[in-house]
Amino acid sequence: MAANESYPDDLRYHPEHDWARIDGDEAVLGITWYAQDALGELVHFEAPRLGAALTKDQAYAEVESVKAVSDVIAPLSGEVLAVNEKAVEEPETINGDPYGEGWLVRIRLSDASEADGLMAVDAYRAHVAEQ
Amino acid sequence: MVPFAGWEMPVQYEGVIPEHLAVRSDAGAFDVSHMGQLHVEGPATAEFLQSVLSNDIDRLADGEAQYTLLTTESGGIVDDLIVYRMSHGHYLLVVNAGNREAAYGWLKERERRGTEVRDASDEYALVAVQGPKSLARLGLDDGEQFTHGMGEVGGIEVMVCRTGYTGEKGVELLSADEDGAALWDFVIGQDVVPCGLGARDTLRLEVCYPLHGNDITTETDAISAGLGWVCALDTGFTGAEALRRIKDAGPERRLVAFTMEEKAVPRQGMAIEGGGEVTSGTHSPSLDVGIGMGYVPVAQAAEGQELEIDVRGRPRRARVVKKPIYRKES
Repeated sequence: MAANESYPDDLRYHPEHDWARIDGDEAVLGITWYAQDALGELVHFEAPRLGAALTKDQAYAEVESVKAVSDVIAPLSGEVLAVNEKAVEEPETINGDPYGEGWLVRIRLSDASEADGLMAVDAYRAHVAEQ
Repeated sequence: MVPFAGWEMPVQYEGVIPEHLAVRSDAGAFDVSHMGQLHVEGPATAEFLQSVLSNDIDRLADGEAQYTLLTTESGGIVDDLIVYRMSHGHYLLVVNAGNREAAYGWLKERERRGTEVRDASDEYALVAVQGPKSLARLGLDDGEQFTHGMGEVGGIEVMVCRTGYTGEKGVELLSADEDGAALWDFVIGQDVVPCGLGARDTLRLEVCYPLHGNDITTETDAISAGLGWVCALDTGFTGAEALRRIKDAGPERRLVAFTMEEKAVPRQGMAIEGGGEVTSGTHSPSLDVGIGMGYVPVAQAAEGQELEIDVRGRPRRARVVKKPIYRKES
């Protein structure tokens, strides 16, 4: 079941519709409600390998609906510590709970200062409104 | 909404997957008014159509219909279509939207004395109602597949065609263009799920109905595509000679159906290791797995053969399966 539109206050956002929940030198990443809604019900999450190096602003994974495939852009640089296997096995989880059970990967940040370049929720909401 | 052959068409209403599943288990409706309708009339029509269409039109009686191909000299496919025999000397051809002009032009060029081709596409609306509950919802009796007759649905006069593109029981309702909106509203009002182009594609691919432009084109022939069963080679239609040569020699490649053995969604244009290519691919909502069709060399075309598909640089395993990919259990 699709979630209702929401953008949590405690996340940092990338203009390509990705979010990061930063905790010390680690972060959990995912795609926003807007992204999953634009794609429709997801049928495939092509996850990165454990240990893969993510580079901010570059594609690190793919999410795919019946209609279309889309790159997932890294909001921050870092090393993949964990992949959400539930999102791999049941990609519709990403639609149902994009900020919770539908997270994608957890990474160790390689440059914590990159977070300064991400948007707070108000700026991201304004960005979505322009789409 | 997306542009499709000059029409604005919804890819989905509620979502491709719920729409698809509604058609498999219940009833769904598709507005396919974009498809073309060509009337061919006159005393020499049967003879004319027999010379340009691949299937044996002499097997049709009034009120019957047939899947057939419009073929080139070399056995290529200009369009695949359904021909409905209305009466002696009068046939209706329902052609693909994207090929309406090509098919019309092709026939018009070859028209002969005693027969006339007329493009009547703008005069009609067409609503496909498909699924195990579709007939009951419309108050229609079970009818034999590939037949048609005049009837009334929701007080609107329609040609009830026992045809479809989903592999389910159902009808396609042809009405006057001006009645199209009322017909659609009536059908949707009978607890029938509105469905878009997305579900139309997943449904047809599960049952391996080819899509012209993807799986069959003027560059592919009917034998390689597995459509020899709609080619009555003895009738001597355009391209019959070429097709007989391909049949006798055995085609070099075949259009096969496959399912993914690993998680991935195959897409049109992806390479298949060994020289093949995916012509249609999607995620099957019924089977919850990637499925597709594609041309592979005959050596790789046997059921059970493992294939390797290049999914954006990642090799993913697939296996050739018997058509159709999806089969109703009952």
